Amino acid sequence: MSEEKTLKELEEQIERLKSLNAKNGLDLSQEIDTLAEKLSRRKQSKKEGLDDWDRVKLARHPDRPDSSDYIDFLVDDFYPLRGDRLFGDDSALKGGLARYEGETIILIAQSKGGDAEQSQETNFGMLRSEGYRKARRLMELGEKFGFPVLTLIDTPGAYPGKEAEERNIGGMIAQSISTMVSLEVPTVAVVIGEGGSGGAVAIGASDRILMLENSIYSVISPEGCAAILWNDRERADEAARALKLTAKHAKELGVVDEIIDEGNGAHEDFETVAVNLKASISAQLKELKGYDTQTLLEKRRSKYRSIGSYRKVVQKKKDK
Amino acid sequence: MPLFRDEEYLRVDFEEEKEKDEALWVKCKSCEKLIFKKKLKENNHVCPNCGAYFFLTAKERIKNLVDEETFSDKTKRIESDDPLDFVDAQPYEERVEENQTETGMFDAIIVGTAEIEDNPLVLSVMDFRFIGGSMGSVVGEQIVSGIERSVDEELPFVLVSSSGGARMQEGILSLFQMVKTTSARDMLSEAGLPFISVMTYPTTAGVEASIASLGDVTIAERGALIGFAGRRVIEETIGEDLPQDFQSSEFALEHGIVDAVVERDSMRNELARILGFFN
Repeated sequence: MSEEKTLKELEEQIERLKSLNAKNGLDLSQEIDTLAEKLSRRKQSKKEGLDDWDRVKLARHPDRPDSSDYIDFLVDDFYPLRGDRLFGDDSALKGGLARYEGETIILIAQSKGGDAEQSQETNFGMLRSEGYRKARRLMELGEKFGFPVLTLIDTPGAYPGKEAEERNIGGMIAQSISTMVSLEVPTVAVVIGEGGSGGAVAIGASDRILMLENSIYSVISPEGCAAILWNDRERADEAARALKLTAKHAKELGVVDEIIDEGNGAHEDFETVAVNLKASISAQLKELKGYDTQTLLEKRRSKYRSIGSYRKVVQKKKDK
Repeated sequence: MPLFRDEEYLRVDFEEEKEKDEALWVKCKSCEKLIFKKKLKENNHVCPNCGAYFFLTAKERIKNLVDEETFSDKTKRIESDDPLDFVDAQPYEERVEENQTETGMFDAIIVGTAEIEDNPLVLSVMDFRFIGGSMGSVVGEQIVSGIERSVDEELPFVLVSSSGGARMQEGILSLFQMVKTTSARDMLSEAGLPFISVMTYPTTAGVEASIASLGDVTIAERGALIGFAGRRVIEETIGEDLPQDFQSSEFALEHGIVDAVVERDSMRNELARILGFFN
């Protein structure tokens, strides 16, 4: 907190000098530069000082932009499509036709909702079976017309509900992965907040996986992990560190292709993040569109074929 | 006559597993009666009193399913290298080693070729004793290599699941085994080879939400637990108790999730019959 205060004071000081500069015709530019540099250094070191649990908190920050903010920024003329054509529509998953830099794409996004009311409506980003069926439906639509598929991931996990189980949510996640991983069009997935286990990976089996700097991607929530390991959800911070769930770790482990710089964090600086993200998506799509379908699928298959880490067993003595 | 033809990949004797637990009797969790262990074994690990199912190890399962002298172990000689340096109550590396010693397996799965009533196949069987049968990098790789063998040798692929889900201790790498195995599964479709998924106790979370749910034919053993989220988590979320049979084999059948519920005693015949249609 005190660091926040210092940063704020520095910012105010710079502003004061700037206004003095303008009013009195004094040349204070050198002082201003010195302070600005100091400010940026401190911000940088604050960023580097973030530990994995801080990232979890940032990924879940109440002011963190919702997928609808990114949709507004990234594409023109988003036309939402609704329903899974079987049971209902899942408002935790927005999706539809969109124009990205003049071209039609399929956009699929998990939404936690921007405020309390929206969050109720989107079930806090927890998809039900219908959401995953809808995702598949939209992916297949993209494939049919050769539209690339862009997904935005932000979910604490699939909804743990009675009806979800009755309607085979596990099977729906499996089928969504299956459809996506063999889709004959370029696919890019971006984790913008929380990549919560199977519920996230269901729309994440893409050619390229991008993560925002302060987003997380995990096999289990830190709270769930702490509950299993120590029977104590309060130790989520320890679990978060053990799980290596940050963007940086995911890249080091060979799962994620690119990390998007967030500047001062998406909760403070949406514009910077959105601009960086758009540049990366464009570059990735451009490269992917350069491949013929067969090459695209081969590259994708070999990407997933090689994910994992193990070693050869050295001959051990027989346990007798 | 030995049941297993090829043991070169296994560290402990496949056939003569030493009884670690010397107790002669075991208590059935379901009816709470004491059962003579030998009798339980003869009865396919089904309680002779109330019919409740006991766990089968992967080896017992294989023995239970395949024709004599036909199983050839093709499990890759790989083990976890603890990519996260994961430490909880016990370092993960140590946990793996302990489980290896206890089970005689590299990890939670055995893969091999075999015949079931003269139907050749690639058979992969998970073992719940090994860190809850959880799927980390090694299990994912073994499943994929099993699928590749199916394609190479033009054999059907059968997976018997017994897994709590993805393995927490390998973090995101475990999570992405869901994609890895699902991606490989496509190769069977392309080659026109059937994939038969057998769900046993338990088939849940990351395994249920990927490879296990993608069978051309999917059958559940009686007494299985099939679902994505855990019962306790759901009860906490919805604030009510769930019925006794929630996520049971019968529940899965009723909700269109599996094709059949099969008794342990008839699993072998059932698989042979299904495989026969594809031959």
